Amino acid sequence: MTEKRTVAATGNVVVAEAFRQCAPDVVAAYPITPQTTIVEEFAKFVAQGRVHTEYVTVESEHSAMSACVGASAAGARVMTATASQGLALMWEELHIASGMRLPIVMANANRALSAPINIHCDHGDAMGARDAGWVMLFAESAQEAYDNTIISLKVAEDPQVLLPVLTCLDGFITTHSIERVDLLDDETVESFVGEYEPQNALLDLDNPVTHGAFAGLGGPFFEFKRAQRDAMDRSKAVIERESAAFSKITERPFGLIETFMMDDADVAIVIIGSASGNARHVARELRSEGVKAGVVKVRCFRPFPGAEIVSALRGVKAVAVLDRAESFGAQGGPLFLETRSAMYDAAERVPLVSYIYGLGGSDVRLELVREVYTDLSDIVAGGSVPDSLVYLGSR
Amino acid sequence: MQLTEIRWHARAGQGAVTAAKLVAETALEQNRYMQAMPEYGPERMGAPIKAFTRISAEPIDIHCNIENPDIVIVLDESLLDVVDVIEGIVEGGTVIINSCEPPEMMRKVLGMVGGNVACVDASGIALDTIKRDIPNTPMIGALAKVTGVVDLEAVKGLLVKTFGKKFGQDIIDANLTSVIRSFEEVNVA
Repeated sequence: MTEKRTVAATGNVVVAEAFRQCAPDVVAAYPITPQTTIVEEFAKFVAQGRVHTEYVTVESEHSAMSACVGASAAGARVMTATASQGLALMWEELHIASGMRLPIVMANANRALSAPINIHCDHGDAMGARDAGWVMLFAESAQEAYDNTIISLKVAEDPQVLLPVLTCLDGFITTHSIERVDLLDDETVESFVGEYEPQNALLDLDNPVTHGAFAGLGGPFFEFKRAQRDAMDRSKAVIERESAAFSKITERPFGLIETFMMDDADVAIVIIGSASGNARHVARELRSEGVKAGVVKVRCFRPFPGAEIVSALRGVKAVAVLDRAESFGAQGGPLFLETRSAMYDAAERVPLVSYIYGLGGSDVRLELVREVYTDLSDIVAGGSVPDSLVYLGSR
Repeated sequence: MQLTEIRWHARAGQGAVTAAKLVAETALEQNRYMQAMPEYGPERMGAPIKAFTRISAEPIDIHCNIENPDIVIVLDESLLDVVDVIEGIVEGGTVIINSCEPPEMMRKVLGMVGGNVACVDASGIALDTIKRDIPNTPMIGALAKVTGVVDLEAVKGLLVKTFGKKFGQDIIDANLTSVIRSFEEVNVA
């Protein structure tokens, strides 16, 4: 019988708790707002002897990820956390970690990138790393941040995957708000994630291997990349399998996407992260007013659940894709680009509009979400589709 | 019970964030869903700040600031000159102010027509009991009395549990007394 503990805690505190329960061999981290309390809490656990982890305090995030890469290649279970500028500073090593197929789990407290300087939430940091070869999960709440962290480790270390995972939670909104969270007991998490068996450990002296060697012209670089692509494709089934197993324990749903009132929806919002509930709330209100509104929340961004989204949007007459990140010069935000690309496979052509919202922590007021649905209803009623993206609520 | 939204107005250093958190934790003790969050900004001692608490019998979906509070709690009377504390308050909403003035007078100052206005000398109670002008815990006593959104016994239980980890019995007792006195002394108009 699984014992559950219900706590009032911030997203960061429960992510640190998940880290402790996952019992990594090595954590190398550098503090940065709004991630700080994750590594602070975890350092406390190490100091208290509540987890036996080699905690490496480094001088920068570049060093943090470098140390994680080294430790993971050596054969250790490795976890870390960062945010914003910290993730940006890790840019080189992000690609090295995925290229070397190192199953590192990193929590990212989504925060805007400078300039101008801003410590609040948007997804610009994580979306900037979307082509770094990491599996990417996004949490809506502190509960999901906890759940995603545990699932991330199981997925990363699966022999069919062996890819690093970025598990994202929204800066301040999720990292620092206190919410009600159900935690699992240590034994349940321990038995779910299991013992880590490294596949190509440098410290396995009986089976010597080389990591990250030169693969120049005529070398296997091209095939390595192909293998990474295949692993990322395979990860989808693994995420589905492991999240189903996890859901069985927790009785909480976990989907690559999670739909709300989509069965007969005319208008739908596709969204990621903490504002997803705002969309559900407004959709619920609109339903009582006779508007068939729905929501598609994307919980897994890499691998991108394109087919699932196309299926969820079947029959919808107008779609808004809400991005909390820019992709300057592109035709829309990152989630919009992926969604519209996926929708090319849809049987019917559906108008899609790209909205940019909530950058730098800009508050996602419910009337802004309502505005989006009103725009969509206008389109359904024969109005024109905006020919460029919309900055939602911009002064 | 439907969603109750509380907005806290204070000056940085008065413990509004802790109070928002304590109320949320009390709600959990009463097996409800809750959120508590500060509005993070530049934090300088004395600067006006806001914090928020949501309480509901159902899971809470939304993540945004509270613009239409059911309850407004003002920890510093002097904020009334600089902040529109009742901005967006729902019809029939409740305002609780840390003030020695009679609530009828505060109602006039605020220009509130309906709803409830309550005053309690939380700073005075804090100085008497905690020996410092930290009016946050007394305000929770007033909140329990005026709105019933949290239960006095649950508040007391939580204070013992939370403060018991960090402080001695004298500090716990001082805080308990402050909550009880404020529960008893708050005036409503």
